Amino acid sequence: MIEVRELSKRYGGKTAVDALTFTVKPGAVTGFLGPNGAGKSTTMRMMLGLSRPDSGTATVNGRPFTGHRRALHEAGALLDAHAAHRGRSSYNHLLCLAQSNRIPRRRVDQVLEIVGLSGVAGRRVGAFSLGMAQRLGIAAALLGDPPVLICDEPINGLDPEGILWMRTLLRGLAAEGRTVLVSSHLMSEMALTADHLVVIGRGRLLADTGVREFVEGGSRSSVLVRSSDQARLAALLERAGAVVRPAGPTSGGRTAGGGVGEPAPPRGGLVAPGIAVTGITAAEIGELAVRHGIVPHELATQHASLEAAYMELTRDAVDYRAENADAAGTGTGTGGSESATDETKRVRA
Amino acid sequence: MTTTQFTAPTPAPAAARRSAGAALSDFGAVMLAEWTKLRTVRSTYWTAVFAALAVIGIAAGSCAQWADTISQHRDRLSDLDPITASLTGTYLGQLAVGTLGVLVISAEYGSGMISATLTAVPQRRTVLAAKALTFTAASLVFGQLVGFAAFGLGQAILSTQHAGVSLSHPGALRATIGAGLYLAAVGLLGFGIGAAVRHTAGALATLFGLIFLPSALADLLPPSMHYVIEYMPANSGSQVFTANPHPPALAPWTGFAVFCLYVVASLIAAVILTERRDAVLG
Repeated sequence: MIEVRELSKRYGGKTAVDALTFTVKPGAVTGFLGPNGAGKSTTMRMMLGLSRPDSGTATVNGRPFTGHRRALHEAGALLDAHAAHRGRSSYNHLLCLAQSNRIPRRRVDQVLEIVGLSGVAGRRVGAFSLGMAQRLGIAAALLGDPPVLICDEPINGLDPEGILWMRTLLRGLAAEGRTVLVSSHLMSEMALTADHLVVIGRGRLLADTGVREFVEGGSRSSVLVRSSDQARLAALLERAGAVVRPAGPTSGGRTAGGGVGEPAPPRGGLVAPGIAVTGITAAEIGELAVRHGIVPHELATQHASLEAAYMELTRDAVDYRAENADAAGTGTGTGGSESATDETKRVRA
Repeated sequence: MTTTQFTAPTPAPAAARRSAGAALSDFGAVMLAEWTKLRTVRSTYWTAVFAALAVIGIAAGSCAQWADTISQHRDRLSDLDPITASLTGTYLGQLAVGTLGVLVISAEYGSGMISATLTAVPQRRTVLAAKALTFTAASLVFGQLVGFAAFGLGQAILSTQHAGVSLSHPGALRATIGAGLYLAAVGLLGFGIGAAVRHTAGALATLFGLIFLPSALADLLPPSMHYVIEYMPANSGSQVFTANPHPPALAPWTGFAVFCLYVVASLIAAVILTERRDAVLG
């Protein structure tokens, strides 16, 4: 269990983490999402006592992490794959960490076996690929068989087989009842790995919710509508307060590949082009159409992918933040750079 | 908190209820870990080899030169200080031991290892203390080994001209032990500066600046102020491995005590800064 309460951290004049409050519960993989610079790594470092919060608290298993003795038994962390002396062998790297917590040598062999590095135990860490370094980081995190795991971008640098391995490992650790917090910029990966999501932007909490609820929530699902009189229905819907857009052939952000709430493929060009309606349910649209003598041909609720939902959420937050900045007279342009970050993430995903 | 099925060992009991014995045992474990770190990187061996070659090699070279001089000009014997001649390599050896002292902590920050170290042992003062004690113990043993080796080899060479002295000679034992003590103290000064500065290059520059500051100052100070130089790190510290310090130089143990004040100051700065700062270089 990790509890974060009103946690804040400033670097110079810039607020990196802003009154963040959330709880990471055991028995689930919690995805920790946010654009670059959102404060994910800073928050994780504060959980582990590596950075000092300016205000607020972060506790691991009920107390600040710096209050734990033999801390490898309390939480394991993978913060930076390169957090090892390049000249030391992976075995000796793990051995010195184990010795500091009075963990027996045989556990070093065990964790090397678990992460598949037994064959290169004697090789110097400096010769490792990023993927191997990530595995070594996981091995170090597992040394104390801890009830809590905190991993910052553990997928980075892994090949497809490694990603599958990591996903299976993290899900398995959560299934054993452990608390697993994983940050990632790969939304598609989080859709497959996480049960719960904590989303932050500019150091503030944007969402703390289950993966499915996150995708289905609020305006993020739309209804694809085809009917006998599209123009009249669109006018009626707008009068009812809904937002109507023409539905493109690849609407709903399906290409981002969330794998959650994937809509049925639209039928080919036999019928009139559809409209995408948000802000009103499919049932309400159907009733409205029938009441006005319009025959609905298709009413398909389309859930945004995790990626699309995330993009929408963080962009809203960025816009809101940029307006705030303007109001405070601190200048413009920050929102624009953040959008650029979003675009980069979309391309990468 | 829901039920957990994993087989993790029971959580550590509350710190307040822990016995002193358990705390000591935990600290011993951290020291063992630091010993493993020290002996599993090459820089330790490189700097140790360099320091040993410097201290012992210069003793051999210096004493061989004296032996040669005396063999040709027996009257020069009165100029020879056999003890100092065999320990003069300490001046060069201190650079290697000081460098190792810096690296022991600055490499943790430079490599990012510090975050793994502090995730395993989140009590920063515990880590600093265990590191400092382990390194000091190792460098004390090393310092005594090379100090006595240098004295022994130097006197053996001088004895070919019947100019060598034994450890029972006045000042000989103190100076030989002093050479090793000084090396360990310079190493610890490097450690304190390394922990305070964190960047290897910056820490080395600071350490060597402190050591060589007196010779740079000597030309700048008016003669009436020259006694100040005797309180500078290298001048004060080096008296402990000098056979017969002459005023204005400080007495051997007085000088070494002054040098230790610099070491203590660097360690206090290290503890305060390490406690106050975030652990990751940003």
